[in-house]
Amino acid sequence: MKPEQIAPTRGPNPGDPEPVGSGSPGRPESTEGGSRRRGPLGTRARTAARLLPLLPAVLLLLVFLAGPVAWSFYGSFTNAALTGREARNPQWVGLDNYITLFQDPVFPLALWLTVVFVVASAIIGQNFLGLGIALLMNRANRVVGSLVGLTVVAAWVLPEIVAAFVAYAYFSKDGTLNQVLSAFGMTGPNWLFSLPMLAIILANVWRGTAFSMMVYRAALNDVPIEITEAAMIDGAGGTKRLVLITIPMIKSSITTNLMLITLQTLSVFTLIWVMTAGGPGNQSTTLPVMAFQEAFRFSDIGYGTAIATVMLLIGAAFSVVYIRALRPGKG
Amino acid sequence: MSVATLAASVASPRKATAAALSNGILIVIALCFLLPLAWLILASLDPDASYRTQIPANPSFANYAAVLTPGLTFLPLWNSLLLSGGAAVATVVAAVLAAYPLSRYTMRFNKPFMYAILFGTCLPITAIMVPVYSLFVRLNLIDSMPATIFFMAATSLPMAIWMTKNFMDSVPISLEEAAWVDGASAMTALRRVVVPLMRPGLGVVFIFVFIQAWGNFFVPFVLLLSPSKQPAAVSIYSFFGQYGAIAYGQLAAFSVLYSVPVILLYALVSRGMGASFTLSGAIKG
Repeated sequence: MKPEQIAPTRGPNPGDPEPVGSGSPGRPESTEGGSRRRGPLGTRARTAARLLPLLPAVLLLLVFLAGPVAWSFYGSFTNAALTGREARNPQWVGLDNYITLFQDPVFPLALWLTVVFVVASAIIGQNFLGLGIALLMNRANRVVGSLVGLTVVAAWVLPEIVAAFVAYAYFSKDGTLNQVLSAFGMTGPNWLFSLPMLAIILANVWRGTAFSMMVYRAALNDVPIEITEAAMIDGAGGTKRLVLITIPMIKSSITTNLMLITLQTLSVFTLIWVMTAGGPGNQSTTLPVMAFQEAFRFSDIGYGTAIATVMLLIGAAFSVVYIRALRPGKG
Repeated sequence: MSVATLAASVASPRKATAAALSNGILIVIALCFLLPLAWLILASLDPDASYRTQIPANPSFANYAAVLTPGLTFLPLWNSLLLSGGAAVATVVAAVLAAYPLSRYTMRFNKPFMYAILFGTCLPITAIMVPVYSLFVRLNLIDSMPATIFFMAATSLPMAIWMTKNFMDSVPISLEEAAWVDGASAMTALRRVVVPLMRPGLGVVFIFVFIQAWGNFFVPFVLLLSPSKQPAAVSIYSFFGQYGAIAYGQLAAFSVLYSVPVILLYALVSRGMGASFTLSGAIKG
């Protein structure tokens, strides 16, 4: 994937197709980024007419996407509750929820567990395993390759609740993993109780590696074979070729993939909820689980909303980094 | 792990060893990924299933027969179909309409809009169901099927607009110009010329949204309360009896029935166009 290809939008570009009869024969404005609004009334009306088809999408996004985001910021300053008087008429409580949050001993733990979960299962697990499988597939037998692709993708295509139950069964005390271990003469621990984080991390690697694998397969297919061959003739070994040629050439895919899987993993709820429900104690309570528990188990919607707002801010920060990382390719 | 195989270089005997080693490692990985799924299939065929993976002593379709009732399976699957089909239709229609001006006209508005869309793709919106719940309570939309459908459509819309615009950019404009010359309006050209030409791409977007909505648990779990409206993802909890007894076999059988449609849809997409095609629409700009 060439950097130019990943540019978020082609943007105003003299080479862009412009429909016949869309006015401005010499179209000088469009090459300048468009300054149509300053034009005569007719141009403005035409622009409005052109934008009209955007309306359904914009309405949907405003009501159901921007709405909850704005509501999240607002609600985090209230004492909204699940039931009772505070459910009907929540009071403005200022920064109370945030003060409680930063004094809550569970919060730093949840933040830390979220970081551990994202780094271990997405950035290390899914990313490297996905890249490894994609690289091996280029070398291996075609049949074996597609067979592996199929099994890896199977875990990814399953509905999340089914994947979560399957992972629960696999890691439970008498589950498949311990059966396999005992076949080798080992006694496995009760994974979900003694090593809950390890269990959910492995489960998320199992569930999500397919995405990285597919991104890297597509990226590796775009690396021209001549370049690899030229390096081979120059005597570069496999490792050297990988580090000096393949990796730099798929760099933009790596960035894209890392950001997407980080954000996906940040919002994982169902898998953890079914496998451990955040327990035992708070030992696997990540931020989404904590927000849910505070809101629905302890009936404190305002507090749960404050946690959700923190997650939104983390997600937004990642988005900004992601979009900026893609910009240099814009040229 | 992979470094060892990658170290093999040009010489052909070593290349053969490398290939064999790659095959070996991949087969081990495949087995690791397949192992958890074995329980699902075996338990669904075993009337005495538990969380242990075992070859059924008396294999039968009893579990399937037990769950194939209107209340247990058909209604939840129908609800899932309504939710995901509705979300996918709403998303594709809104995305096509929005992508058209973004793809065809050069406007000052395009760049900020596409950046906003890209930003929207990244927000962990499904992780913040708490404020969504309280907003829906305030708007009296809790337990409303259409509202849940539109919410799901809105969450997948940024990605869908992104993909649709990329697919539309690759439809040559000359055909539309012909339609314009013949006096067709922009919307007629879109409906008669562009949409038919990008049907495979729209199919990908539709299936992509459908699979996501079909598998989504958290959104309907929070937003839909009455059992008669709940999709399969949520009704699966009915196999957890009130007295702590879990019908493992039936749970597994139901899971298989619930998973089959998305597996078939996925197979359709990847066979027709290849997974890399799907992703190239999604990721390349």
